Amino acid sequence: VARFTITIANNGERYAGHAAQSLLAGMEAFGRKGIPVGCRGGGCGVCKVRVEAGRVRLARMSRACVSSAEEAQGLVLACRAYPESDVTVAAVGRLARRFD
Amino acid sequence: MALTGVLRPGHVQLRVLDLEAAVHHYTEVLGLWETGRDAQGRVYLKAWDEHDHHSVVLREAEEAGLDVLAWKIASADALDALAAQVLASGLVSDGGWREAGEDLATGKRFRFTVPTGHRMELFAEKEQVGNGMPLVNPEVRPSNLRGMSPSRFDHCLLYGDDLDGVVKLFTTVLGFSMAEQVVAGPERLLIGAFLTCSNKAHDVAFIRQPVKGKLHHVSFHLDSWGEVLKAADLITRHRVSHDIGPTRHGITRGETVYFFDPSGNRNEVFSGGYIAYPDRPTLTWTDDEIGRAIFYHDRKVEDRFMQVFT
Repeated sequence: VARFTITIANNGERYAGHAAQSLLAGMEAFGRKGIPVGCRGGGCGVCKVRVEAGRVRLARMSRACVSSAEEAQGLVLACRAYPESDVTVAAVGRLARRFD
Repeated sequence: MALTGVLRPGHVQLRVLDLEAAVHHYTEVLGLWETGRDAQGRVYLKAWDEHDHHSVVLREAEEAGLDVLAWKIASADALDALAAQVLASGLVSDGGWREAGEDLATGKRFRFTVPTGHRMELFAEKEQVGNGMPLVNPEVRPSNLRGMSPSRFDHCLLYGDDLDGVVKLFTTVLGFSMAEQVVAGPERLLIGAFLTCSNKAHDVAFIRQPVKGKLHHVSFHLDSWGEVLKAADLITRHRVSHDIGPTRHGITRGETVYFFDPSGNRNEVFSGGYIAYPDRPTLTWTDDEIGRAIFYHDRKVEDRFMQVFT
């Protein structure tokens, strides 16, 4: 399985990711912080991040959390985003500061 | 019959992002029984000890969350009377009747939007399909239980802005009483209301939050603390997204564990609590003791528990 480096821009955390594990699940598995963890199912929106570099594959996200316009601007839910390259994200969800 | 108006929560319709993933979760992990699918593709489910056709309806949609919370009314006459009172109260919007049969196995429903933005329905008739056991000389449980196997859909906790309006509707029009409340600050602003239409500690609860129509959790009833601990084992066994617990609430005294369905709708299974007859005094919690009120063991508020909803 190809390994990618995931970087959280807010706090400089780096961890290893792969295409079968969401960005959020990878962060949790390594005990890292920086992206707020909510429902892990694409429904609550607290793990919203901006993809600043790299490519991700997306599973379905609740439109109540990420609009089509936001998605076009690179805003995704980390629990629904699977890396296809090295990826850098910045947490922008409504709880991002609370979990820094 | 002492219960003459609203009998109980009848069913909850949830929006899910992936229908089959949701059906797997609610049947194989939670252990509800699928009882039907309609022309719109909605899936109908019930808990084992419920006799009515369904208590949970899943609808695939682009957003997660709550579509409708429906209440079963004791009789057709009581339904007509309550619907008229709800409409006359001035506390609801979009009130109107839905035809019998639009929901599988269900009679006519009166639908309206409450002051917190949630869609609610009242209905009196639903086909009874039984609990898998005879009505004469039954066993104590059916033989084909799987998953957590709650006996019933029990309640919802909902987030919304106009808490005062929704409490007025439920207490003065729908006949609920307040089992417990949470108040904040020197003005004792009401921020949480735990309401019962039966003698359970709660049949619905509302928390004041600056949002409309949001779902905090859908809850199902288990027999014992031991069953809650086994449910927690299943959460890991099935790699379900875990939220918090097993633990106990101060409010309602329930023994509980929280987790999320595959679309992020929070589920609870719980046991315990107490019997709340209508003459029982309302219990009040103040916000300076809120940690103990919510999680009696840890005695502190968890950000995810409070701030994550669909």
